[in-house]
Amino acid sequence: MTLKRLIEILDAEVILDAGDPDIEIQAACSSDLMSDLLCFAAKPGSVLITGLINPQVVRTAEIADLKAIIFVLRKRPDKDTIELARAKGIPLIVTPLSRFTSCGRLYVEGLESCTEETK
Amino acid sequence: MSGKKVREGSFHLVGGDFTKAGVASSELKSILSGLGIDVKLVRRAAIATFEAEMNVIIHATAGMMHYAVSDEQIRVVIDDMGPGIPDIDLAMQEGYSTAPDWVREMGWGAGIGLPNMKKNSDEFKVDSVVGEGTTVEIIIKIKEGKAIEPK
Repeated sequence: MTLKRLIEILDAEVILDAGDPDIEIQAACSSDLMSDLLCFAAKPGSVLITGLINPQVVRTAEIADLKAIIFVLRKRPDKDTIELARAKGIPLIVTPLSRFTSCGRLYVEGLESCTEETK
Repeated sequence: MSGKKVREGSFHLVGGDFTKAGVASSELKSILSGLGIDVKLVRRAAIATFEAEMNVIIHATAGMMHYAVSDEQIRVVIDDMGPGIPDIDLAMQEGYSTAPDWVREMGWGAGIGLPNMKKNSDEFKVDSVVGEGTTVEIIIKIKEGKAIEPK
């Protein structure tokens, strides 16, 4: 799905517009543990859904080639975090939904997990 | 150093400075991308070095990240003045962590940093002396056909 469509599904607000809203999002990952993301977020081109709002979230997204960050429960990062995301070209999005509901809605709409899950 | 050297350099790391945490790995990622190295290899190098950098920020007083890129490999050595690791085998186990709670609240300290560095490396070494510091060596081989042109 496109980033634009994802934003509609999550009733979300774009707080940092850093690129093309029509980019194709392949998958999503959701965690508040940055190490888990670095270890298990195996597919580049994914979005991150998180409740953490510190600058390391942006660093992690940059290092792991994630395409956008969605903050849940109306959490807003501080100015430094937003500036870092601007410098790195990573869009920031805020949804009023919880992590669970955000993931549920996107899953129903066909978005895949970015983790290579072992069955 | 194996292969023809293309580029090398180093970054200072300051323990406890979370505002700068990740800057070195981020810059190294840009350098590697700029050299035209395959994106998958760049991503592996970035993840492994970021984990190592975070360990220095979390545990040590200061450290250095040295990198040397040849047409055959990316080699990164991160050494620190830190507490050292008393039992490296234990530290290599997933889930084992000595990070304090405030670090965990920031999303770190899950105990998978060292195993993840190894996972993303072709060759990986940890040496540590308790009370002095730790040295981590990460080598990622640049596969045949993906070799970069020396500048």
